Amino acid sequence: MEAFGLLAMGFKVLLTWKILALMMVGLTLGIFVGVLPGLGGPNGVAILLPLTFTMDPTSAIVMLSCIYWGALFGGAITSILFNIPGEAWSVATTFDGYPMAQKGQAAEALTAAFTSSFIGSFVAVLLITFLAPRIASFALQFGPPEFFAVYLLTFCSFVGLGKEDKHKTIISMALGLLIAGIGMDTVSGTLRMTFGSSELLRGVNFLVAVIGLFGISEILLTMEERLALKGHAARISLRVVWSVWKDLPKYWVTLVRSSFIGCWLGITPGGAIAASFMGYNLAKRMSKDPESFGKGRIEGVFAPETAAHASGTSALLPMLALGIPGSGTAAILLGGLMVWGLNPGPMLFVEHKDFVWGLIASMYLGNVVGLVMVLTTVPIFASVLRVPFAAIAPMIVVSCAIGAFAIQNAMFDIWLMVLFGVVGYVFKKIGIPLAPLTLALVLGSRAEDSFRLSMIGAAGDLRVFWSNGLVGTITTLALVLLFWPVIARAIRALRPRPQPA
Amino acid sequence: MSSTPDEVLGAAPQDEGDTSPAVIGRRPVETVTLAIVLAFSVLMAWDNWRTGIAWESTGPKAGYFPFYVSVIMAGACLWGLAIEFMRRGTPDEPFVRRNQFRRVMQVFVPTLAFVPATQWLGLYVSSFILIAGFMIAIGKLKPWISIVTALVFSVAMFVTFEIAFDVIMPKGPLERMLGR
Repeated sequence: MEAFGLLAMGFKVLLTWKILALMMVGLTLGIFVGVLPGLGGPNGVAILLPLTFTMDPTSAIVMLSCIYWGALFGGAITSILFNIPGEAWSVATTFDGYPMAQKGQAAEALTAAFTSSFIGSFVAVLLITFLAPRIASFALQFGPPEFFAVYLLTFCSFVGLGKEDKHKTIISMALGLLIAGIGMDTVSGTLRMTFGSSELLRGVNFLVAVIGLFGISEILLTMEERLALKGHAARISLRVVWSVWKDLPKYWVTLVRSSFIGCWLGITPGGAIAASFMGYNLAKRMSKDPESFGKGRIEGVFAPETAAHASGTSALLPMLALGIPGSGTAAILLGGLMVWGLNPGPMLFVEHKDFVWGLIASMYLGNVVGLVMVLTTVPIFASVLRVPFAAIAPMIVVSCAIGAFAIQNAMFDIWLMVLFGVVGYVFKKIGIPLAPLTLALVLGSRAEDSFRLSMIGAAGDLRVFWSNGLVGTITTLALVLLFWPVIARAIRALRPRPQPA
Repeated sequence: MSSTPDEVLGAAPQDEGDTSPAVIGRRPVETVTLAIVLAFSVLMAWDNWRTGIAWESTGPKAGYFPFYVSVIMAGACLWGLAIEFMRRGTPDEPFVRRNQFRRVMQVFVPTLAFVPATQWLGLYVSSFILIAGFMIAIGKLKPWISIVTALVFSVAMFVTFEIAFDVIMPKGPLERMLGR
């Protein structure tokens, strides 16, 4: 049980007044951006990232992950009280959460949502604690071909398993890879795709793109929809909390099932949305009374929230252990790590032990502190929604501009951010997913480097990706996932039809 | 909504079921976007081909990887365009309606003006103008509330970034007068 000792060490890193204060600040800011319409996990983290630039890495990542926790908790508030899902994975929470609020059970619904988020995240953090170091030490023997195969697997699973049109996912991913390649080529030092521009020499910064793609485009979309904020007021009393918690054991099957689904889907990229719907649907199908779902049933809040948060959290597992983010927000956190020159992946567990375990310990602590905070402060945050959007919109624009500028002190980056804002707006409206683009932006240069290094090692022989059992399995799996829709159809066609009796 | 909310929050008027005419359909926008991305991928492919896509003794040249990515992207665009072409003549849905478009422009145009303004006036003064102006002109909020809100926000940003966190932002005449 080496993990316990290391975890204790992590807690020791954390338990200073400075870090605890930063956690509270991060959580408050996170809940704030989670509650604000038009912002959510990835946007909030992206916009607030510049705040952490002058901190030491441990404080910074603790604050960032607390912003993330806060945003996750905050999303549930808008889903239940206002029927506005903060993130795509909160959609399933509105099915029963909002009807509950309409019936005057807003406090119960919120308590259920917060508690199940807590449980889901907790299970996932446990998984990270015990599994991540193992995967990392296993991955230490990876060479460039293995890493490229893993990147390939990530990209292919997005294309093969995503719900969007395949060509749109491919376009989004290829665009990300190209943008990531702009500037100085890291292997040979040659300039490429700069067209003689000195501004493009540095390349397009990942965070600038993300702030535009998510922050600015979200503002445009929210203005377009003109959210009419009709919601319910809520105040959570200890009595309500107690009555919901007392009933928790009754729903243990749902909670366990959803945690499991969440952890499983969270490790595969882009799984959180699928996880929340799957958690909800399974709970509905296995219920004795499926008709009552959608009309304000507490189980309908437990199931999707647990699954969504388990998967949102376990998305951090591949990021820490392999350097591959499992979700858009994880990708942004990864970008944040790279700002301090920390390269997530197996070496992080060896070279920056205190940092990794500080981060994992902060997940436990942030989760607990966050739960207490949201339960006690819901009325305050719900009133944030009373602030007219006309006041919030320009403030978000300003925050985005500050964020984009601060990264490299470049005016050009603010213009780029606006451009990416328009791109994000149009892409979202015509159904080109943004998650693959984000992922490709972060992983692009690493994927290319590992590809070229393995090519150099093998003198240009593509068979290097099948040169041993491990890399061969991953590469084959990647190709299977890429062509999964075709394969699935073929299997269905080949299977003998059951004869009608 | 069947039951009455305990308390109705927010003052934004809701236009029930926006029926204003569509500015443009979704399909034309998709086609144009795909065409632009296609043009972009051709441009990128050409530039990378110029950089060099061949192999040398030390492995592939710098243009190799992005060149093939551009080719894949071009292929995906052509595929998408072909699908759009096959679907032509079937009913389309609106990309954006006139009322929606007006609201999007209400926030986009000030944002666009805000960027060059930060260069001349400094970020904090421009923020003040953007927030106060937006709240008064578009939000139709009370002027004094708007001005106080904008002032508090800009000063808070200044204190947070410039003083507490040492993040340097573009500055203009006002900051120079104050000696920062």
